[in-house]
Amino acid sequence: MTNGYHIVVCGSIVPDPLQTLEPILAPSGPALKNEMMLPAILDPWAAHALYEAAELAAKVAGSKVWLVSIGPKAKLQQVMMTIAQRVSFEFVPVDASASGFADAQATAAVLAETIQGIPGLDRARLLVFGGWESASRGAGATMQLVGERLAILDQFQGVDKLNLQADGSLEILERIEGGRHQASTCLGPPALFGWATGDLPEPRNNPQVGMANMRTVMPALQRAKSMPLPANGLHFLSASPPKQQRQTRVVKDLSAEQIAREIAEWIGK
Amino acid sequence: MSHSILFLAHVSESGSTLPKAAYEVLGAAVKLSQQIGAGLTIGVIGSNVEAAAETIAAAGADRILMVTGPDFETARYASDAAAAEAICRAAGADLILAPATSRFMRVLAGVAHRLNGVVDTHVTSVEVVNGEVCATRWYYRQRIEGVIRRDARPWIVLLESGCNAPWVQSALGAAAKAVVEEIPVTLSDAAKRTVVTGVRAPKSDAQTIRPDADLLFVAGAGWTKRQSDGKPHVDQAETLILEFLRVSGASLGGSKSLVDQSGESQAVLRFMTHLNQVGQTGSTPRHPKGLSTCCHGEEPHVVGWRFINERRAVNLDPNCGWARGKADVLYVADAFEVMAKLNALFSERSQPLVEAATLNT
Repeated sequence: MTNGYHIVVCGSIVPDPLQTLEPILAPSGPALKNEMMLPAILDPWAAHALYEAAELAAKVAGSKVWLVSIGPKAKLQQVMMTIAQRVSFEFVPVDASASGFADAQATAAVLAETIQGIPGLDRARLLVFGGWESASRGAGATMQLVGERLAILDQFQGVDKLNLQADGSLEILERIEGGRHQASTCLGPPALFGWATGDLPEPRNNPQVGMANMRTVMPALQRAKSMPLPANGLHFLSASPPKQQRQTRVVKDLSAEQIAREIAEWIGK
Repeated sequence: MSHSILFLAHVSESGSTLPKAAYEVLGAAVKLSQQIGAGLTIGVIGSNVEAAAETIAAAGADRILMVTGPDFETARYASDAAAAEAICRAAGADLILAPATSRFMRVLAGVAHRLNGVVDTHVTSVEVVNGEVCATRWYYRQRIEGVIRRDARPWIVLLESGCNAPWVQSALGAAAKAVVEEIPVTLSDAAKRTVVTGVRAPKSDAQTIRPDADLLFVAGAGWTKRQSDGKPHVDQAETLILEFLRVSGASLGGSKSLVDQSGESQAVLRFMTHLNQVGQTGSTPRHPKGLSTCCHGEEPHVVGWRFINERRAVNLDPNCGWARGKADVLYVADAFEVMAKLNALFSERSQPLVEAATLNT
């Protein structure tokens, strides 16, 4: 790859996992109680995809990274205050619902349309990155739908590793059952990758990167198009938190030997 | 109301049968087709599907459709999508039920788009409510359970494993075997740009992820922290954990904080990787029992335990998350001491068996 890759990362925002989530029924369907008040983060798997994209772009001269993100503008701005300090990218926000109850098909349509609208994007150099699932809908379907809309036939899900080969091909490791990886080689772009966790640590905050990113992030947020996400005939009959609350027996007064015997008996039942 | 159901499967890696999860989905498909009076079609994809198709030929399907050939041996998006699309079009079904294997999770959303249909994944049950087919699945990483229905058809539903009783051939008299029809699919060169080169797995004695194990054993970051003598004992932790996995046959899970340490250059358990991670950004395994050690049981981790029925934990903190209704029993104790005693107990129990086996040989 002499001219570098055009890497588009799809990544939405999700409520901070430490928050308690309570569903409510709104006229348009289920939603989270006080959703706009909940602190948000970039979806964890999408964040891995972004870090891998930045790493790849740093390795291959001439590469560029875009982050296409769907969410309410105010929440996107809050999340960018953190994410923009980690790696360099051009931000392409879409002002729309980031709800996990939104339909994957509708979300994918908006993402694909937005990607196709990125000026100067070269399909021959295009790598579409994203999380293999989200921490909201958790469907593991949106990226494939985006890929189909972009007519990308080389798609990989649960990706933990992407190696550049000397001949320009790509070697990919995808998670499969039983703690194993399927290895594949792909001739090159265009291709789509739904990332699992990869193997990169979270980048440290870099204020210089943050300042450079924020010069484009804020104008991009101001320009962000508001787009509706149609329900596409999806109806929720119910949405409720799990009811099961265990009555925990806290055992403080047994020796290690006694505890071991109790656990062994329990395992053997 | 669906009037025709397609059960879609691929052959297992052995090539002679279907994945275990597929028989469970077939069980659900047969039950649903009987409930709503819908016709059932079976579709199978693989290099050579005859042997696998034979195992389900008496399930009562009207037709068995298959796409076979060397191009369909491995799990590749382009070829699997073409094969699944061809079968779905030939079947013309309203509702398509398939197992949520990694192979189908990769491809069936794309197939739904090609069919101008819709898809739902990680579904735990499909039922008829007021005459409508409804699916149950989890949102926000197993924190909210939703029941949905769809207007659009075809509707592809990928069902999770461990949620339905597998289909078994009735001893009282099997249904007549369906006629097998082969659907020809020719791949373009563009569909062959990717080549699957193999599977990479740890050596069998180093494999710590065992999906069929009865027990999930979770290690938390506490195993690598300073102990009562002020020093970390990572080597001892590794020995204790690996010995327990060996004697108990348990599957190993880890908390995010523990698996992340490898990327942050901290003391690590060498066998622990992101593949072991359970929770918000890890897996949600299905085992009947789970034992957590040195893990605080905070919500982002515990959402990965949603499908673990019986839960016990060992932790030094009596106020940790497990004590707040997330485990059945919390033992407030030093996991190093408890696991050493537990390993000794298991070794004692297996010793007579080992001796008997030695005498018999």
